[in-house]
Amino acid sequence: MTTRLPDAEALLQALAGQVGSAIRDNTALIGIHTGGVWLAERLHRDLELAVPLGTLDVNFYRDDFEQRGLRTQVRPSTIPFEVDGRDLILVDDVLYTGRTIRAAMNELFDYGRPASIRLATLIDRGGRELPIAPQFVGARVEVAFDQNIELTRDEHGRLTLKLSENTAAAGH
Amino acid sequence: MTANPQLNARGELTHLLDIEGLPASILWQILDTARSFVSIGEREVKKVPLLRGKSVFNLFFEASTRTRTTFEIAAKRLSADVINLNISTSSQNKGERVLDTVANLAAMNADLFVVRHAQSGAAHLIAKHVSPDIHVINAGDGRHEHPTQGLLDVFTIRHYKNEFSNLRVAIVGDVLHSRVARSQIHALARLGCPEIRAIGPRTLLPRDIGALGVHVYHDMAAGLKDVDVITMLRLQNERMQGPLLPSPQEFFKNYGLTPEKLAFARPDAIVLHPGPINRGVEIDSSVADGSQSVILPQVTFGIAIRMAVMSMVASS
Repeated sequence: MTTRLPDAEALLQALAGQVGSAIRDNTALIGIHTGGVWLAERLHRDLELAVPLGTLDVNFYRDDFEQRGLRTQVRPSTIPFEVDGRDLILVDDVLYTGRTIRAAMNELFDYGRPASIRLATLIDRGGRELPIAPQFVGARVEVAFDQNIELTRDEHGRLTLKLSENTAAAGH
Repeated sequence: MTANPQLNARGELTHLLDIEGLPASILWQILDTARSFVSIGEREVKKVPLLRGKSVFNLFFEASTRTRTTFEIAAKRLSADVINLNISTSSQNKGERVLDTVANLAAMNADLFVVRHAQSGAAHLIAKHVSPDIHVINAGDGRHEHPTQGLLDVFTIRHYKNEFSNLRVAIVGDVLHSRVARSQIHALARLGCPEIRAIGPRTLLPRDIGALGVHVYHDMAAGLKDVDVITMLRLQNERMQGPLLPSPQEFFKNYGLTPEKLAFARPDAIVLHPGPINRGVEIDSSVADGSQSVILPQVTFGIAIRMAVMSMVASS
C-alpha cells in the first residue's frame, strides 16, 4: 500500500482552528513527548494561551515496559499548573492503539483530578486497542501495519510527516 | 571469553554486582536513567508503576539502616512490594546456609534481591544460583564493592560538575577497608576522570592502589591541592582503637576535613561523604553543613540511582 501523507503544517493550522474554539479560561494544553510537545508548543504560541504549557513523558507509565525496556533519555514531565478542576487538552502527533494516551491519563491523575481531558492529534491512523477517541483531529490516514508515521522537525521548526518501517510492529 | 554475569545475551543489565565488570555504556545508561527519576521524588505522588506486582526482597545479612531504607523507598516509588529481611538475626543464626535462605525466598516468587553481606562476593554467589528471571543487586559486599553508592557518587559529581573529563577527584581516609571507595574509583576511571587521588595514612591505603591508576598522597595539603571533588570516607569505629590508627583525634588532626584544609581545593570544590558521618573524626561540622557540602543531595540522588538500576534489571 502506498500512502501519501498530508502536509503537517497545514494540518496543524486545521487543528489550531478546532482547539482554539474549545479553549476556556481554565483550559491547559499538555504535549506528549516528543512530537506532541512540538505541536503543543506551536498551538500554545499561536493561540496565545495564558496558562503555561505542560509536557508529559509517559515512558514510566507504559504497559509494555517489560517488553521494550526503559528509554534512557526520559524527559521529566512538567505540569506547571494545578491539575485539579482544570480542563485539559492532551496533544499528540499520531494516535494509533491508544496505549500512549492511556499511559498519559494515568500519569495525569498522579498530579490531580482534572475536570475533563480531551485529546488533540495531528493524525489518527486507526488501529485502536483501547476505547479512546480524539476530539480534535488534523486528518485520518490509513497506513500498513508494518509502517510508522513519524513527525519530524527541522532546524527552522518546520514540521513534516514521514513514513518509516515499523520493525517492532508494535503499537504507538 | 567468560560471559559477563551482570549482562544478558543482549548486553542488558540483568544483575548489578560490581562496577569493575561493567562497560562504560551501561554506567552512562544508569546515570541517564537516574536523571529521569530525580523529578519523581519532587512530585506530590512520588510513584510510577514500573515495578507494580513485583516483589523486591531486601536481604541484609549485615546491618544497615540508610542503604536499606533508600532501596526500600526506591522500590516503593516504582510500585514494587518490598520485603525487608534482617537475616543476621534470623535464619543465619539458626545455621542456615545463604543459598538455602535465598532458595526459600525464591520459592516465594521473589523478582529481585537486594543483597548486603559482610563477605566479598556474596552477591555474585547468589546471582550465580538464582533462576534467570530473578535479579540481584549488590548493596555492599565485604570490602569488595558498593556499586549503587559508587554510582550515586558519580551521579552527584556529574550533577554539579557536568562532566568527568576535566576533574581532579580526591578520596580521603580509610580507602583500604572501603567498598565505597573501590566502586567510586572504578566508576570514575571508566567514565573518563583523568585524575583520582587517594589520601590517607599508609595503614589505611591499599598497597596496590596505584594499579588502579590512583595517585597516592599522605598529606592533605598536597593531596587536596586544586581538586574539584573531595570524597570523605567514613572511619569505622573498630578501626579507631586498632593498630591501624593512634586515635580519632590524631586522625582528625591529620586527615579530618576542616575549612582550613578545604581551602587547598578549588574554590568551587564539592564535598561528598557516603554517610553516616562522624563529625569531628572525618569531617568538621562547619564543612559537613557548609555551602560546598553535597552530602544530603547524595542521599536524594541515591534513591534515583536505585530506581534506575531496579527498573533496568527488571526490564532486561
